[in-house]
Amino acid sequence: MKTILQKWLPAGLMLVMALWFLGNLAAPKDKDFAFTEFGQLPLTANGRVVPLDSLARNSLLAIREKQTVNTEPWKGWNEHPKIIPATEWLANVMMNPAVADNWPVFRVDNPDLVSLLKLPDKGDKSDGKHYSWNQIQPAIDTFEKENERVQKVEAANRTAYENAIAKMHERLTLYAQLKNSVQPADAQDWPAELSWFEQHIPDGIAAAQAQQAGKPYDKTNFTAFVAAIERFQFMANLEPPLLLPPNGAREWRRMGDALLDAPRPNGVPIDAAIHDWAKMAGALAGNQPDQFNAALRDLRSLLVPTQSAALDKARAEVFFNQMQPFYGAMVIYILAGLLAIFSWFGAGEVAATPSSPKLAAMPGHPDDDQTRRSGTATPSDEGVAAPSLSETLRRSSVWLVWLAFVIHTTGLVYRMVLEGRPPVTNLYSSAIFIGWGAVLLGLILEKFHRNGIGLVVASVIGFITLIIAHHLALEGDTMEMMRAVLDTNFWLATHVVSVTIGYASTYVAGFLALIYILRGVFTKTLDAATGKSLARMIYGIVCFATLFSFVGTVLGGIWADQSWGRFWGWDPKENGALIIVLWNALILHLRWGGLIRERGLVNCAIFGNIVTAWSWFGVNMLGIGLHSYGFTEAAFQWLVLFVVSQLAFIGLGLLPLKWWKSHRATPAAI
Amino acid sequence: MNLFVRFFTSLKLTVVLLAFAIVLVFIGTIAQADEGLYGAQAHYFKQWIVLGAHMFGHKIPLILPGGYLLGVLLLVNLVASHVFRFEFSRKKLGIQLAHAGVIVLLVGQLSTDLLSRELQMHFTEGQTLNYSDSATDYELIFNAGGEVTAIPEKLLHAGDELKISSLPFTIRVQQRWHNSDMNYRAPMMQNAPALTTNGLAVNFDFRKLDDVKAMDSRNIPTVVFELRTPAGSLGTWVASDWASDAALIEAVRNGYAQMGAGMAQKIVSQLVVPQSVVVDGKKFTFALRAARVYHPFSLTLLKATHTTYPGTDIPKDFRSRVRIDNAKSGEKREVEISMNHPLRYGGYTYYQYQMDAGQMAEQAGRTPTSVLSVVRNPGWLTPYVGCGMVGAGLLIQFLYHLAGFVTKRPKK
Repeated sequence: MKTILQKWLPAGLMLVMALWFLGNLAAPKDKDFAFTEFGQLPLTANGRVVPLDSLARNSLLAIREKQTVNTEPWKGWNEHPKIIPATEWLANVMMNPAVADNWPVFRVDNPDLVSLLKLPDKGDKSDGKHYSWNQIQPAIDTFEKENERVQKVEAANRTAYENAIAKMHERLTLYAQLKNSVQPADAQDWPAELSWFEQHIPDGIAAAQAQQAGKPYDKTNFTAFVAAIERFQFMANLEPPLLLPPNGAREWRRMGDALLDAPRPNGVPIDAAIHDWAKMAGALAGNQPDQFNAALRDLRSLLVPTQSAALDKARAEVFFNQMQPFYGAMVIYILAGLLAIFSWFGAGEVAATPSSPKLAAMPGHPDDDQTRRSGTATPSDEGVAAPSLSETLRRSSVWLVWLAFVIHTTGLVYRMVLEGRPPVTNLYSSAIFIGWGAVLLGLILEKFHRNGIGLVVASVIGFITLIIAHHLALEGDTMEMMRAVLDTNFWLATHVVSVTIGYASTYVAGFLALIYILRGVFTKTLDAATGKSLARMIYGIVCFATLFSFVGTVLGGIWADQSWGRFWGWDPKENGALIIVLWNALILHLRWGGLIRERGLVNCAIFGNIVTAWSWFGVNMLGIGLHSYGFTEAAFQWLVLFVVSQLAFIGLGLLPLKWWKSHRATPAAI
Repeated sequence: MNLFVRFFTSLKLTVVLLAFAIVLVFIGTIAQADEGLYGAQAHYFKQWIVLGAHMFGHKIPLILPGGYLLGVLLLVNLVASHVFRFEFSRKKLGIQLAHAGVIVLLVGQLSTDLLSRELQMHFTEGQTLNYSDSATDYELIFNAGGEVTAIPEKLLHAGDELKISSLPFTIRVQQRWHNSDMNYRAPMMQNAPALTTNGLAVNFDFRKLDDVKAMDSRNIPTVVFELRTPAGSLGTWVASDWASDAALIEAVRNGYAQMGAGMAQKIVSQLVVPQSVVVDGKKFTFALRAARVYHPFSLTLLKATHTTYPGTDIPKDFRSRVRIDNAKSGEKREVEISMNHPLRYGGYTYYQYQMDAGQMAEQAGRTPTSVLSVVRNPGWLTPYVGCGMVGAGLLIQFLYHLAGFVTKRPKK
């Protein structure tokens, strides 16, 4: 019984996780309003065609740091607070602000900002963190005054409070843009207001012409018409997303611009798309799902003849959003990593149980090849014996890491296809790709060594990089368009990919070294053979890292030479990459010269983590140079924490051997 | 001798040099926040010995080998190791190749540093230029009916008196400012006396500024000088790049736009009035301007296009269509220069650098302008060759190790 369980556990576990992941693929069914279908409508935002679903999720990430809205955040999860999807939120912000303005979506973490805006503390109907547009409005003048001051402070010199102000300003602006993308934010009955405007265009123009010519004109009509124009002007000035499909010579248009365009001599008259949006707005505000869905269908069928590519792309992207492959992979990496770590310890327990006497002869950890070669254990006949618990755990972990890797790869490739770009285009995708490369390397190491080490490295780096990516996604659209100088797939595919593989492999070497230290100092599981095999892995990976970081860095220089005529400019990002190359080269020369041995190599590889983190994030925080993208304070704190932790590990690595648990267990081990 | 060879071929030297290089690059990067990119380059990288460093707003006393010294020592180390320890074997092939590639890169970079030249071409649509401007060097020119005498700004030192054979006067330099500010002297509010009573200084005040640090900004030099003949002084003048550079003049016009377009135009026209002096009936017009390098051909900017992604300000493409006119070779053709697609012609490479075109310029009623970065770098191929060699070398070595690693594993 136990044997069968152990035999099928790995595959079974993988199947369960795979089903969990696949279960998330199905889009939620719409009950009354077809918000899911609404989310598949294409529009243009950030310079590219996106589905409304992406706009909704990205906007929510920017404002609330989540992809859904909890309208009752003061309730505990067990009290079932109402959670609504991003598209439903966006639809209401755009077309039914009377409702949306009461939802607590603005996340405020800074206590000074909370008190500036006189927001309620945690308590009845408030969780002390999320506030609605309506809650903020009373203090908006105070806020604007503060913001005006903060905008004059250079971003790098801002305090935490000032950063919070600047961020809040961005969030409020984004919200105001969304509120003004379909109708003027203050519209009471938009379909009626629109049809009034449409009917009064001829009169309005006539009155305006008469007024300019100094002739008598209809004052009432004129004033109302001018007021409407001013509202549309306000909408257009906010520069919200472009909701209206191309019409005639016009490309994708903003609602405000299209409304202003209509009365112009060569303007496009108010077209069906504008009407359909107005109908949706009226139906949503009037709580008439059928009318809403009918108008939505009309708008879709309007797009079919001319915008089929945009519709397809939007649908594909919605599917990707729904799939959330990186979230799925992240969860599975955690599970896989835990199983792999347990596998190092599991062996001892099993050996103690009398039911499997054969296993008592097994070495203290499942590194079968190495122990066999070192002669410390009798070769066990694996074909006959039931696999040890330790080996079962390891195999389960292998299956899970493969599953997560497949999901990770699917996400990576899907993104590439959606964007039509190589894998790395910005900081966000570099995190995804570093994780992917490190997991691949870890799986290859595991294939050769079968001792769980590759698995732990793969799942830990996979998890950490995906967490980093998750936080980077809060900055906005992760599939943003490439600025002119970066708009070249050739260099993105060569330079950026090589450098990123260099980062990934340097991290793999560093995390292998961490395993060496942790197992050596705190456990008895690091015997001589394991130590040696770890050191060999580290050495091999450092060679690999040197190759890719060098080639990548020089290719970057050549790109710079191609685009602005200088091979090397000592720009911070270039220098960061150069330091990685120099550091890896230094490790190799130290090793060749016999100046460091196993432990020296291990400590140097950990320092490689610091060097890589510096190049990846640290240089961006200097706020200088061509490659700097701006940063958040939280990111800086994490970087400092990471560097300190790595230094602490190096400190552990330098401890005298007599304090190493593994050394005490078998003095010859290290 | 033996000791000498042993020192320069030692692996320990390599290790020490690499370690110093890491420290230097790190400090030189941090220091950019305080010293600016160009300042840091000069202080740490294009330098033999580094004395003192700026980090996080503090001055730190230290002595480090500079970039030149480290580069040269690494080069000697590499070459010496190659010469004295070279052995041809399959095992070492990759390593040898990789190190030879590093030599090529180092030599290439040193030669680039010594031989390359960076210039710029600023033109508006329709303009034809047969010269490029230096981005960093300036010259004081005296033009006597087309006969131009150019004195590099670097040679002008406050207190010096220069005698140039082609000029019938000497130049006594009173002030020379690397970077300067300029202000219009409003007629009713002249609170300080003018710098001099001639030319530009009548209407404009100039004052010294600290050197700029930010990457995309530059110093704007100004000189104050007296012209003298044996008979006595001809007067004192101010010459400044403020009055020569078209982009700066445009910026001045925009800066005074709030005083009304007419007033801004008046100020600008006073700024660009040529200054001159007459000696023995000969008129010498003078100005301080970016140093020029003349080409045996000309380029005409036909069209400058700047496109953005729909509904955003994110630049999508910068593109200049230019016509090459080479009377010597009879060439007359049109080419497009865009981001990542430079033009290589006549020993120079022309890169799209800056642009004022597209919707913004159109709405403001400005003629589109384009700036090309013009670079002469005889060593431009070395990175390509070096990168190829190192990449191939490391790959060979890596595969060799990998093959060894895989075959050495016991069979299951």
